[in-house]
Amino acid sequence: MEPLLKLNQLKTIFSTEKGKVTAVDDVSFEIHAGEMVGLVGESGCGKSVTSESILQLLNEKTTNYEGKILYKGKNLLELSEEQMRGIRGNEISMIFQDPMSSLNPVYTIGNQIAEAIMIHQRVGKKEANLRAIEMLRLTGIPSPEKRIHEYPHELSGGMRQRVMIALALSCKPQLLIADEPTTALDVTIQSQILELIQELREELDMGVILITHDLGVVAEVCTRVIVMYLGQIIEEADVKTLFKSPLHPYTKGLLKSIPHLDGDRTQKLNVIKGVVPSLQDVPSGCRFAPRCDFATEQCHENPPELLELENGQKVRCWNYEHILREAKDHAVTTSENK
Amino acid sequence: MQSLLQKTNDERPLLEVKGLKKHFPITSALGKVQGYVQAVNNVEFTLNKRETLGLVGESGCGKSTTGRTILRLIEPTSGQALYKGKDLFQLKQKDFQKMRSKLQMVFQDPHSSINPKQRIGRAIEEPMKIHKLYDSKERSERAMELLNKVGLRGDQYYRYPHEFSGGQRQRIGIARALALNPEILICDEPVSALDVSIQSQVINLMEELQEQFDLSYIFIAHDLSVVRHISDQIGVMYLGELVEKAPTDELFSHPLHPYTKALLSSIPVANPEFKREKIVLKGDIPSPLNPPAGCKFHTRCPYAIKRCKNEEPVFKEVAKNHSVACHLID
Repeated sequence: MEPLLKLNQLKTIFSTEKGKVTAVDDVSFEIHAGEMVGLVGESGCGKSVTSESILQLLNEKTTNYEGKILYKGKNLLELSEEQMRGIRGNEISMIFQDPMSSLNPVYTIGNQIAEAIMIHQRVGKKEANLRAIEMLRLTGIPSPEKRIHEYPHELSGGMRQRVMIALALSCKPQLLIADEPTTALDVTIQSQILELIQELREELDMGVILITHDLGVVAEVCTRVIVMYLGQIIEEADVKTLFKSPLHPYTKGLLKSIPHLDGDRTQKLNVIKGVVPSLQDVPSGCRFAPRCDFATEQCHENPPELLELENGQKVRCWNYEHILREAKDHAVTTSENK
Repeated sequence: MQSLLQKTNDERPLLEVKGLKKHFPITSALGKVQGYVQAVNNVEFTLNKRETLGLVGESGCGKSTTGRTILRLIEPTSGQALYKGKDLFQLKQKDFQKMRSKLQMVFQDPHSSINPKQRIGRAIEEPMKIHKLYDSKERSERAMELLNKVGLRGDQYYRYPHEFSGGQRQRIGIARALALNPEILICDEPVSALDVSIQSQVINLMEELQEQFDLSYIFIAHDLSVVRHISDQIGVMYLGELVEKAPTDELFSHPLHPYTKALLSSIPVANPEFKREKIVLKGDIPSPLNPPAGCKFHTRCPYAIKRCKNEEPVFKEVAKNHSVACHLID
């Protein structure tokens, strides 16, 4: 089956006053219809820039792309601005983190949803309004026929995020990019919104890219996970494999550094030493080497490639086999000790 | 007699908050009071030496206001905050100013709580200057020592805040809070703005400092996994009220209030094979401007009975150190 979206060695390069910065470096992945893929990493890892590159939302004067973004076989980077406009919001939609700054404060929410429907679906105002009400109802907003006359400031954070989702889904897109959709929300509201995205994904058979830093959220809703670090993919696996047997030292470190609900409270949390380096001076070898406990000379000198293993798991690390063996030995000795 | 007095002094909790209330007036354009936002209502807890109390709840539940009111950054409407038996709310501004050195605050966003035009060494010295402690040479030495204590280098004294990352800035915020040798630190979402890998560094640092300086923390946060890790006891707040309070392990193993149960069940767990019954609450948090009558949670509570709509439940102890406000638990 042809993937819905295929990124082929995408590079996003910004021209800044201090020179060129490659925010996304050689990123390739595929998204299929009906699948929810988590894109995780810390700030500055390029997860948001990747998604903004797909929709070409970045300033075109200062941004250069290399590689291909194939949507249903079409390279989005070769489309004209006008053709791109037909895709944005219609076939590929995006939900942003902060609904307050992505909704227009001076238009009613009904107006904003109807506008998108009128532009893409070529229907009249009346029909568009009806569809807007339908979309709001689908996202679980009570009495939507009254709500469409309200302005964004009259709604709570959770409600606003629902409006954003209704807006993003109003044209029944095939691909949804959700950039930290629940980060600004409270946990009880977060679980409502995640459940809603799950339901709609099943109903519309959408592909979803969920961008987040919260590994808990990823574990609950995603089927596949892509981990990014400093502009590169460093590991990719299906969700069970990634949480059970992560290969990259960075992924391992991340998973160990979050406090677990069933963890021992007296134990100190695991720490990844150091800080994420700036994109302006990327380490010359493996980008994670300066913070890695397993780094060897080779790691500091040569950048590793993203390797695909037999089980489909991908990892960018020189020593993953060695680390894997060590972990196995360790597991054997501890079980023997028991 | 003397020894007896001494003993009671030691047993007394370091901080005792009783019936804390903060109602913000809402005024019309002409200054007429039209109503009140009940931001904090009847909050009670005690904090012992070297103990951490976690305050959790969703946005608008009053956890930050509680923290700020104790420090009188916001003046309380009524209630008591007894620090070593002395009511902080009754002190005159001038006397309280002196007391403030014992209670300090760490803020969420270290970017906006540190003056961008001030060298960080100066920022750490400033509280000592205000409280007229040490001479200028000693102050600089102490600032450098504090930088070392929080895992930065003494020679970073002359740097400006923008030269530091978020995690480092939070360390500076902590160093500044420690400058006056406080006994209580009120930490308002101290790690929420940090990346996952940096979060654990700061949490470990806070635990080390607690041991080293005998600190007590009031740790305000919305991330329950973090709060569970650091707290000895946890208070759960909803719409300005404390609905449940218990020692950490007790709260996680035997949550009693339906809201606590829902909250605990909505924490995303970083384990895809972990399955559990999720309690998904319906609806939104009501506005504190116009809170529901009776139990404030009844509009979203899956177990609400008739009594919940009319009668406000009392916050009472149901097991050792475990208090809850719910009609269904009697």
